[in-house]
Amino acid sequence: MGILDKHKFLEKNATLLLAGSFLVVTIGGIVEIAPLFYLENTIEDVEGMRPYTPLELAGRDIYIREGCYVCHSQMIRPMRDEVERYGHYSLAAESKYDRPFQWGSKRTGPDLARVGGRYSDEWHVDHLTDPQSVVPESVMPKYGFLLNRSIEGEYISDEMGTHALLGVPYSAEMVENGQADFLAQADPDSDYDGLLERYGEDSVNVRNFDGEAGVSEMDALVAYLQMLGTLVDFSTFYPDESR
Amino acid sequence: MSDDLKDKHGTTGHSWDGIEELNTPLPRWWLYTFYICIVWGIIYTILYPAWPLVNRATAGVLGYSTRGEVAEQIAEVEAANAGINQRLAEAELTAISADPELNQYAVSAGASVFQTWCAQCHGSGAAGATGYPNLLDDDWLWGGSIEDIHYTVTHGIRNEDDFDARYSQMPAFGADELLEGGQIDAVVNYVMSLSGTPQDAGLVEEGAVVFEENCSSCHGVDGTGDREQGAPNLTDAIWLYGGDYAAIHETVENARFGVMPNWGSRLSEAQIRAVASYVHQLGGGE
Repeated sequence: MGILDKHKFLEKNATLLLAGSFLVVTIGGIVEIAPLFYLENTIEDVEGMRPYTPLELAGRDIYIREGCYVCHSQMIRPMRDEVERYGHYSLAAESKYDRPFQWGSKRTGPDLARVGGRYSDEWHVDHLTDPQSVVPESVMPKYGFLLNRSIEGEYISDEMGTHALLGVPYSAEMVENGQADFLAQADPDSDYDGLLERYGEDSVNVRNFDGEAGVSEMDALVAYLQMLGTLVDFSTFYPDESR
Repeated sequence: MSDDLKDKHGTTGHSWDGIEELNTPLPRWWLYTFYICIVWGIIYTILYPAWPLVNRATAGVLGYSTRGEVAEQIAEVEAANAGINQRLAEAELTAISADPELNQYAVSAGASVFQTWCAQCHGSGAAGATGYPNLLDDDWLWGGSIEDIHYTVTHGIRNEDDFDARYSQMPAFGADELLEGGQIDAVVNYVMSLSGTPQDAGLVEEGAVVFEENCSSCHGVDGTGDREQGAPNLTDAIWLYGGDYAAIHETVENARFGVMPNWGSRLSEAQIRAVASYVHQLGGGE
């Protein structure tokens, strides 16, 4: 029992025990996590994913700030009941530009991974302002104050730059035009050709989301909600069954 | 320390200041459970996807995947309903309600489609909400026949995604300065008088003239509306945005209208026909 005798030595030396424990946890961690970085079937290539537009990115920040993720998940699990209710199950690639991801595991409200386009902008504004006016049985709090908080997006380019550092493919041009694109997306009377060119003609909604003049936090949040889950082109997607 | 136990099992040989540690074995049941778990764990990793290799993880000899399972379950349900769904998708719209079996299927399937996709706006009981039409009554903006409902569900209303969406837009008479404040005041009172009591009866006569000149082309000379344009009937005391002075004034001043998505791009023809049948039989179907 030679090795067990040596164990005594480890047990009696606190520093060595700490170093040994750390080594064991590190090996365990590497074995569990590292394969996800190189296995070919962890993140599938899909058509249509793009980084968030500046307005959507701001909307996502509001989503996180207001703690929407506390009640709403953004991950449709591969189960029949979920797929029939919410749509195609979520793919890893769909949250690859999310930092942090919004998967969640708590559903007091419904999953929002594919809420985009499902309701009208007016519905979202009505519902965020007073959820019970459209869904009487809802327990969601009211977020009408978002309408009164106007935002200009003056720091959005900085934030996009940070995301670019982390690997989100924002080009220098996208970052440079951050604020202009931010304002253009909520104003259908503006010159938004640059925005469409940079982010994609079919996938960007340019509308006055909240129906009021100027850009409010409501515009940003509704812009974000209306694109959720709409990017991937599922007509070109063939699921890898071994996932 | 009991000497009996010490004699029976011995000690681990550890000794701290004369205190020794008994070497009592683990309970048998615990030990065997532990071994069984190890064996089960090994078998599990052989049967199911588990070990990461160079390019992929092992797939497991059972070939199981959650994606495969969900695809299978959906295919199974689709196969089971394929016959009746095809019948539903191909039937004359007006003939569905005459076929008891088809009608029963359409209405129950439609109810679940409604709860999933429509209830958020129209309410779980289909009674609507302010700005979202009640589907239980006889008042229809775009028509209440099964064909009309089917068209509305398929193409939606005023959305940007479907070229054939139903479309109309009321002018913002105040915001776009088409009418003056006094005229709006008068016409609001006239509209109130059509189904109830105006706020200021003295303005009704003047309002009637304003209505005739500005509103009657869509809402009809008698105010009963025009379904071709989704112009509401103003004489039936059923209000989408409220029937008091302030609500009607807001509508005339800024114009209001709802948007409905085109469900043709999300639901199958059978699902659309099912939900149309469900809505049609709620009470107001024509």
